[in-house]
Parts: sequence; structure tokens; C-alpha cells
Amino acid sequence: MKAVYLDNNATTRVDPAAVAAMLPFFTEQFGNASSMHAFGSEVGGAVLKGRRQLQALLGAQFDHEIVFTGGGTESDNTAILSALETQGARNEIVTSAVEHPAVLALCAWLEKSRGIKVHYIGVDARGRLDVEAYRKALSPRTAIASIMWANNETGTIFPVEMLAELAHEAGALFHTDAVQAVGKIPMNLKETAIDMLSLSGHKLHAPKGIGALYVRRGVRLRPLIRGGHQERGRRAGTENAPGIVALGVAAELAQQHINDENTRVRAMRDRLEQGLLQRIGNSFVAGDVENRLPNTANVAFEYIEGEAILLLMNKAGIAASSGSACTSGSLEPSHVLRAMKVPYTAAHGAIRFSFSRENTDEDVDHVLEVMPGIIARLREMSPFWDGKNAGQSGFAPTYA
Amino acid sequence: MWEYSDKVQEYFFNPKNAGTLEDASGVGEVGAIACGDALKLMIKVDPESERITDARFQTFGCGSAIASSSALTEIIIGKTLDEALKITNQDIADFLGGLPPEKMHCSVMGYEALRAAVANYRGEVWEDDHEEGALLCKCFGIDEGMIERAVRNNGLTSMEQVAHFTKATGSCGTCVEGVEAVLEKTNAEMVAEGLLDPAQAFVMGAVPVAPGRQQRKSPVAPPAPASSRMTTVQKIRVIEEVLEELRPALRNDGGDCELVDVEDNRVMVRMTGACVNCQLAAVTVQGIQGRLAERLGMPVRVIPVPAGK
Ligand SMILES: Cc1ncc(COP(=O)(O)O)c(C=O)c1O
Ligand code: FES
Repeated sequence: MKAVYLDNNATTRVDPAAVAAMLPFFTEQFGNASSMHAFGSEVGGAVLKGRRQLQALLGAQFDHEIVFTGGGTESDNTAILSALETQGARNEIVTSAVEHPAVLALCAWLEKSRGIKVHYIGVDARGRLDVEAYRKALSPRTAIASIMWANNETGTIFPVEMLAELAHEAGALFHTDAVQAVGKIPMNLKETAIDMLSLSGHKLHAPKGIGALYVRRGVRLRPLIRGGHQERGRRAGTENAPGIVALGVAAELAQQHINDENTRVRAMRDRLEQGLLQRIGNSFVAGDVENRLPNTANVAFEYIEGEAILLLMNKAGIAASSGSACTSGSLEPSHVLRAMKVPYTAAHGAIRFSFSRENTDEDVDHVLEVMPGIIARLREMSPFWDGKNAGQSGFAPTYA
Repeated sequence: MWEYSDKVQEYFFNPKNAGTLEDASGVGEVGAIACGDALKLMIKVDPESERITDARFQTFGCGSAIASSSALTEIIIGKTLDEALKITNQDIADFLGGLPPEKMHCSVMGYEALRAAVANYRGEVWEDDHEEGALLCKCFGIDEGMIERAVRNNGLTSMEQVAHFTKATGSCGTCVEGVEAVLEKTNAEMVAEGLLDPAQAFVMGAVPVAPGRQQRKSPVAPPAPASSRMTTVQKIRVIEEVLEELRPALRNDGGDCELVDVEDNRVMVRMTGACVNCQLAAVTVQGIQGRLAERLGMPVRVIPVPAGK
């Protein structure tokens, strides 16, 4: 049975070209980029190349605006903690209720341990940010506004360019967690007001444990990790040269494929989504259908529970994920779906399908073939499904 | 992915006795769709022998919930009602070759459904059908009796275990106090009955010191006054001030919070609107608690009281 991997928002396969490019840096070119000898300078050149490749993908003005880190979480932490130190008396954070835990858990800790005030801006039923509330939360006390570019669960895209300008009007820094957006939507950072941006290699076919923080020239940065002078003193620790090389190659590939993402990948996603909605009643799409990543579909199936769905999908060779409580070990469904007030009849049965350029039309066919049976089977077992409630969802029309 | 035993997988992928029983003589329903799992157990009982001759289930829930329900039906078919009532959730878990600790509540749900079905057959009022007020944990619809039974049957001695077995406290967290009290009381009874080593019994902790109090003070906060010298009226004024500062944030989330009462270091607040069931409520309570502790200069415990009380 062919495995169908539709969990690319969780992580992606490293592109073979990126693997090939990084391997020599474990063997022949193992030097330390800081060393004076030939072993080191070779590696230094490769790190610079990686930086420039990433600069190109982001449309950053200078290559030194890229600081390599150990991934998305580290970048998010660095950006927010730095702002609290560099912004003088400003000590408030404005963020959204649907951020990744890399931001939310940090904010919760800052509230608890440092008494920092954090404004969590809510979203509407489609997952769109309450921009009015955001505007009102910004004040002369705001050190930083941190709003994700695209949501990892629903794919909903936030208007970060406009949000960055609003933050600047209030004299605050603006950071965006673009871990899910980089490589999927074109960006040109030099033409935006965005001060800092976090990205992660493993979401764009580079390895896990490598990422970057874009820091606009002129924005002060306090390092999270102190030590050597690597990354111009902004992130200490010997450079992860193989990871950087692979991330550089992955960035170049992402740039080459960005049209593919927005045409072929989008078409596959749309076909899957439409096909599921047609074949399966009492299901709807969670997220802002008009403004979404091209690769993400979050489909909620009423009256059944996500973990059970995933187990049956896994048996049919399909990998996806769910915001259901049971899969995460918490007792509550996803904070994103709850912030959207997705009705509880469906919040437990939301499945996220996330594509990459490696998926094929056959993958979509296979999912469309097996999903109706899986959903029907579980609904038959559900005490809340009696066939009579088919089509009764008051929520569905919002998304029709 | 969870580490499910082969038996759990078998009973999930090929569940026995799934579906409805047309001429059921007893039906037990526990859980709710909002809580993430629910089970409807239908049994057919031979009135002469009081033997369960057939059983079916319908379950809304995860893999282990479905497997536990199916296992339950397999265990009880052929047993008399009295025999069946001797079964505990542990028997269900054992039958399945064990469940991950976080999933024990699935077996408890089976145990509770069986009791409900038998009560229904016998024409008794199932104690779970009570009014709202008797529920200890509103988020998951759990009453005192259910917590007591789970604690006794499984020898639970920590709040974490109680959450794994019953889900109580797992959402908004406003029921923590009440659940702690039941756990403490039940453990004490078990000690008295010689069922539990006193050293293991749960004793409600001393008032937790608000985290980070000694750390960096928020620059806007005035120096913490010695609270022992504060009168209650002064305390209330400070508390109102703090709540006022936090209010815009709560309102942003569609909720609100008001002061109800102050008793020594216990601050009763009422969370309203979106805060009641909001995932951030627990975080919010923690946040309010931290802020109050800092401003009052003493550890406090913020206790959310249900709306309209
Ligand atoms: C939106 C978002 N931010 C941050 C992260 C964390 O990135 P990393 O796994 O590289 O630390 C992820 C991925 O899990 C994500 O989806
Ligand atoms: S009332 Fe128990 S978790 Fe909310």
C-alpha cells in the first residue's frame, strides 16, 4: 500500500538535493567556520551562500539580516525576549490567541514570572484576526507585537504587512512567526515594515533543528544564547554548517517551486477539500477559505472524534493530523478551533490535511476514496449520529 | 501516536457489539459530545435470571474509548447484574492489556455507563442525572460520586491521576478546589479503612506561593506593601485596581471578571462571558493570582466561583 503523507505542516521530507548538498559537511568539509585555516574558510563560504539563498527567498535587503538558529521555536523566543530588553520602558506584548505554543507558552510564562502584560487578540469564526482589537491593544507601552503570518492548523493568513505598519505607528516592534508561510507564499521583506521574522527549516524540506530569525537592519537584538561571536554575536554557538547548507538549498528550491505551490498544490488541496465536502455530509472547512495557505485544508467532521479518524486513516496509509484533545494528550481540543468557536459537535472531529509539492493527484484520489467509508463507519458507532441530523448543522452555511 | 496494546487495536479496528439494541431493557448514557467522549450502553437482561444476554454500545470518542466500550460489552455478556456490577474500570483496562495512563478515563466511562444502564433497568434514578449544581466539574460533567469511585477503585492519590481517570480539572480548572477536597476526603477514608498507606494519602497543599514573586517586579507595580498591615478594605481596593487593569484584556477575549469576596488570602472572583469555558480561563486565573500576589505582597489564592452564585 502506498503511503500518502498529508502532514506537511507538521514536518516535511528533506529534499534529496538538500541532503546531497549537506552530506559533504559531515565528511570532507567538517571544519569550523570560525577557524583561520582552509578547513574553516571553505565552510565559512558555504554558510554565507546559505545565508544568501535564504535572503533571496525572503526578499531581505541584506544577507546579514539573517541569523541562523536552532529552529522556529528558538527564533520566536529570541525575537520576543529581545524586544522586552531593547524597548526601554515598554513592557507589553500584543499577540494572537491562535499562535503556536512557541509564542503562547513563552507569553504565559512571561505573564506569570515577570508580570508582563500580554494582549491576546481573538479571531472570528473563520479564524480572521480582530484587527480593531489589535489596533486598540497597541499603545505606548507595547514593546512588541507578534502575530503569525499563517496559522499552522487552518492555514489562515493574517495581514502581517498592515499589522506591522500599525505596530510601528504605536512605536512598537513587529515580529511574525512565518514558520508555515515561508516557501508557500511569496515575500519581499525589504518592502514591508516587518522587523523580525521566524522560520524553520523542517517545514520547507530542510532538516529539523535549523531555522532562522530575520532581523531588519537597525533593529537591535539581544541574543537569547550567549557565548561566542558567531552570527555577529546575535546567536552564539558553532554554526550548524550542514543544516545551514541544506536550508539554503531548500530555500532556493522553495523559491523555484513557489508558483507550483500556488497552482498545482493549491489545485490538489481544493480538489481534496471540495471532494470531501461533496462526499461527506455534515462536514465543513475550518479557516478563512479566501485567505489561506495553498497547502492546508482543515476539514471538520461532525459527531465523531479526531483520533479515531486518524487511526483508521493511518490503517489506510494516510498520514494527517488533528487538533483533537485525544491525540495531544490534553483533555481539550485545539486552542485554535476553540478561539474560532467551532461548535463542539465538530471541534473534536477536525482533521488537518497539509500538502507539499511532493504530493500527487493519486494521493488525493486515494483519500477521496477511503474517507467517506471511514467517516460513515465512525458515525455509525456514534451515539450522536442517527442519520436524522444529517445536514442540520447550523454552522456549515458559514462556510458554504 | 499512542502506544496502544494489540488488544486495544483489535477492539478498535474490529469492535464487537457496536450498534444499537432495538429491544434493550436498560440503557446507560455517560459523557457528552462537548467533553470529547460519550458512551451509550444498551443491555438486554433476562428477567428470570437477571443475566445480561446481550449488549451493544455506541461511542463518540477516541480509539481507546471505542475499544473500552467494546471490551465492556464482551465482559458483561453472560454475567448476572450483580456479577457485572462487581466489574471495575481496571478490569476493562486489564482485559485490553492495559491503557496509556492518560486514557484511563475511557475505562472509567465504561464502568460508569454500566452502572447507569443497570440503574435504568432497575428503574432507579441514576445519580448522574442530577441538576447542574451537583456537578463538581462542569466542563466534563463529573460529580462527586464519580470522582470518589475512581479514587477508591484505582487507589488514586494525586490530582494528575484524577485528571487521567476522570478528566475532572482538565479544562478550565475552576473545579480544582472541589476535586482536591473530594480526593483528600476519600483518601482519608481509605486510610481509616486500612486501604491506603497514610504517607501516600493526598493532603491539600499549603497555599501555593505565587510563582515568580521574588523575581523581577513589573516596573509599573508599586512596591509591594506588607499585606498583614493592610485592612480588608485596603486589600479590596488593591484587588479592584488590579482587576481593572486586567479587564481590557479579558474583554478582548469576550469575557469579564468581578470580585466577589475576600477571605484572608482567598480571593473569590466570578468569571463571566467567554471566560467561563475559555481555554485561557485557567491561565487567566493564574495570571490574576500572580499579579495580585505581587501587589498585595502576599501569596493569594484566586478562586473562581460559578456565575450566579
Ligand atoms: C507556526 C509555528 N511556529 C513555530 C513552530 C516551531 O518550529 P520548530 O519545530 O522549528 O521549533 C511550528 C512548528 O511546529 C509552527 O507551526
Ligand atoms: S469545571 Fe472542571 S475543568 Fe472546568
